[in-house]
Amino acid sequence: MTIMTTPVLEARDVTMRFGGLTAVRSVDFTVNAGEIVGLIGPNGAGKTTFFNCLTGLYIPTEGTVSYKGTVLPPKPHLVTQAGIARTFQNIRLFANMTVLENVLVGRHTRTKEGLWSALLRGPGFKKAEKASEERAMELLEFIGLAAKRDHLARNLPYGEQRKLEIARALASDPGLLLLDEPTAGMNPQETRATEELVFAIRDMGVAVLVIEHDMRFIFNLCDRVAVLVQGEKLVEGTSEVVQADERVIAAYLGEPFEGDPGAAEAAEVAAAEAGAEAQSTTSTKGEAQ
Amino acid sequence: MTDITKTTPATRGLIPLPEAAARGLLLGGGIATAASAFLAWTWTSEFPGDLTINGYPGGLQWLTFTAGLLTTLFALALYGVRGLGWLLPARNNAPLALAALGGLGTTWFTVIAIANNLGGVVNLEPGGWIAAIASLLPVLGAFALPQEGVGKDSTKESLKAYITKPDAIPAPQPLTPWLERAVITLATILGLAVFTYGIDTEYGELFIGYLFVVVFFTWALHTAGIMDRFSRLVAHNRSFTLAMGFLAAIAFPFTQTDDHYANIGVNILIFGTVALGLNIVVGLAGLLDLGYVAFLGVGAYTAALVSGSEFSTFSGVQFPFWASALTGAAASLIFGVLIGAPTLRLRGDYLAIVTLGFGEIFRIAVNNMDGDSGPDITNGPNGIPAIPDLNFFGFNMGQAHDIGGFTLGRFANYYLLMVLIMAIVVLVYTRAADSRIGRSWIAIREDETAATAMGINGFRVKLIAFALGASLAGLAGTVSAHVTYSVVPTPYQFAGSTPPNSAFLLAAVVLGGMGTVAGPILGAALLYLLPEKLVFLQDKSLLAFGIALILLMRFRPEGIIANRRNQLEFHETGQLDVPEQTTLTDEPATVTKAGA
Ligand SMILES: Nc1ncnc2c1ncn2[C@@H]1O[C@H](COP(=O)(O)OP(=O)(O)OP(=O)(O)O)[C@@H](O)[C@H]1O
Ligand SMILES: [Mg+2]
Repeated sequence: MTIMTTPVLEARDVTMRFGGLTAVRSVDFTVNAGEIVGLIGPNGAGKTTFFNCLTGLYIPTEGTVSYKGTVLPPKPHLVTQAGIARTFQNIRLFANMTVLENVLVGRHTRTKEGLWSALLRGPGFKKAEKASEERAMELLEFIGLAAKRDHLARNLPYGEQRKLEIARALASDPGLLLLDEPTAGMNPQETRATEELVFAIRDMGVAVLVIEHDMRFIFNLCDRVAVLVQGEKLVEGTSEVVQADERVIAAYLGEPFEGDPGAAEAAEVAAAEAGAEAQSTTSTKGEAQ
Repeated sequence: MTDITKTTPATRGLIPLPEAAARGLLLGGGIATAASAFLAWTWTSEFPGDLTINGYPGGLQWLTFTAGLLTTLFALALYGVRGLGWLLPARNNAPLALAALGGLGTTWFTVIAIANNLGGVVNLEPGGWIAAIASLLPVLGAFALPQEGVGKDSTKESLKAYITKPDAIPAPQPLTPWLERAVITLATILGLAVFTYGIDTEYGELFIGYLFVVVFFTWALHTAGIMDRFSRLVAHNRSFTLAMGFLAAIAFPFTQTDDHYANIGVNILIFGTVALGLNIVVGLAGLLDLGYVAFLGVGAYTAALVSGSEFSTFSGVQFPFWASALTGAAASLIFGVLIGAPTLRLRGDYLAIVTLGFGEIFRIAVNNMDGDSGPDITNGPNGIPAIPDLNFFGFNMGQAHDIGGFTLGRFANYYLLMVLIMAIVVLVYTRAADSRIGRSWIAIREDETAATAMGINGFRVKLIAFALGASLAGLAGTVSAHVTYSVVPTPYQFAGSTPPNSAFLLAAVVLGGMGTVAGPILGAALLYLLPEKLVFLQDKSLLAFGIALILLMRFRPEGIIANRRNQLEFHETGQLDVPEQTTLTDEPATVTKAGA
């Protein structure tokens, strides 16, 4: 699989310290074109912090992030300009703007009209506004919110807010989309729909990096999964590799010491759970078909 | 269908009276109130307005008459008189109660003011007593009307139910486009008349009475749902409404015989224009600027320096107005960028404090640039007096001119110039707000982190907002220098008892309605007129303002004119924002379901 892949995102040796706390420790990470990559890890593992380092919201203490070969400056707007768009773990829509306006704001980096052109309203301005609106409507059709274009974002149901955040991110025509827990708070149907959405986004030629706690979602979706534990990348590989790795299970259960009498028991429970999960996966799949 | 009528619980009024009696009280009381204005209320013409004549109302009595008349109209609408149905589309009690309270307020205020000013109730003629009692009747009637919730809820809740707007107001029948425009035209004429009356009130008592009537009846119209309908009309005819608004503004000086009122008008316009500029910074970009008046000062001082005044440091220089206006705006813009560049990286409270500091720096610097403590530029506290009047192609703004039978005095000339400037500012505001840059301002205001993550260069767009706001204020400042003949440092402070100062500007924006065009202008008009008209309050006027502002923010935090966004932000109304089409199709659907 190493042939013919071009990296979109390359993070080298990224470290983020907050005072004495090292939230991310020397993480190397690559996302290739056309890939869907998952990032998992227990709560507080540093996943969101890593995202913030990638998108310039945090300036990494050490390390560099490059997009398609160029090193990114740690400025969020320049990162988006370069082609990385993101959503947030706790939805951060522009609550008092309409659905359409939210997506239009996402078009910001791909349009140029400044204050003068807004004041003079020449033909160029009208054309650009119309083009932006058309593109925004396309995206709203894509995620299925076109009918709600004039609703205020704050009044959308939770699941639709998450979708709108994705549309807003896509509006910047990114080459890489970062999703921070896109299915948090969603019911199973909505999660399924989000899965389809992510596949569709990948088919549009956008690489996707997704953080998620829903393992079924991650293992269905991702070509590759990385596990972050206490700021360090523990394992990286295909779903099967990661699922089979005992260290991952241990990390999720709280890393027992060597020879812990509870360890075997815990592993058993985990195995049983994994089995139940696999079963229910197949059953939902059956229902879906 | 039948069981629905049966299941509706019998509602009753707060005051236990049969419904017929309540309606009768409303109608009869309204007529009696209007009629009582024709009686003599006091024996001496010492009370301003001369309320001593039987058969002809004077001053405050006209307000009682108007209130009585409007209450009567609402009462007739309640009786279902044909042609008045539009006054009460939801047939709710609130408009009636508020109209009645408006009449009660004006009348009782007048009666109490008579007793107070003249030293005792003995100064009241029987007519005064009759008016007081007559104006009480519709209030009793209104609160005797059956109202849902009375008897179940506490008295306080019930009282509240009488004056709140119902959730659902039946959708209006669509009007033909020309009828829509006719309604807007009529409303504009009415608005101009009401506004002109307010500016022309000659004494404080009359102005307070006027406020009673205007506030209560506007509120009544609001609860009746008429305001919503009107804003919908306005939304359909945006440019037409704007054009009508400007026509009305231009018409104002032609309705005035005394140039003093045109002076008030021009000051309101200057104040309003600056408030609108501040609205870009505060309302759109969400940057709390507590030193904004400094930009008005920069514009005014720049214009004064190049006006050709012999006291100016550059006394030989006399720019034509267009050049001095541009210079003033440019100077403000530069000042804005100089202040903005280091401060706009701060957020929230920090920015507010720093702008407050910079605002004061301007005033103190101007105070000291007198040749002693600093370079000799601004003459220090003495300022730059004797600023010559503007002259356009031989049209001297300082002289009165006859135009089509109307005499336009000095202030009326400047007023018309200011209308032009305001038109420019309104155009700049609306166009900037509805564009890529305007959206990025709002996005920054909503969530700066998310906005930058969407590719917006926060610092850059904030600086543009700051600089644009500053240059608009500077533009207004260049006219203000000529209107006031002289510029001195004192008005350009953070807070004072007369506008403009930064606190008043901010209050005008917040009170009028952030993020709207009409709001800051209305807020500016109110905040200018209050200290102007209520001179007897003197130094207590600031206290009165504080109280008024607290009350307003408690009960209507979105300001008098609500921006749709803000209205939803401050009141958890949930469904209110569902766009028009959906409401229209949804409502009949539920009705048919309930009926089936
Ligand atoms: N700005 C900050 N200042 C100080 N500590 C921080 C900051 N941001 C994150 N942290 C700390 O870094 C650690 C990693 O947090 P992070 O939010 O990245 O975890 P996460 O993997 O996203 O967890 P979750 O699954 O709960 O979202 C936590 O201990 C957190 O408290
Ligand atoms: Mg997280």
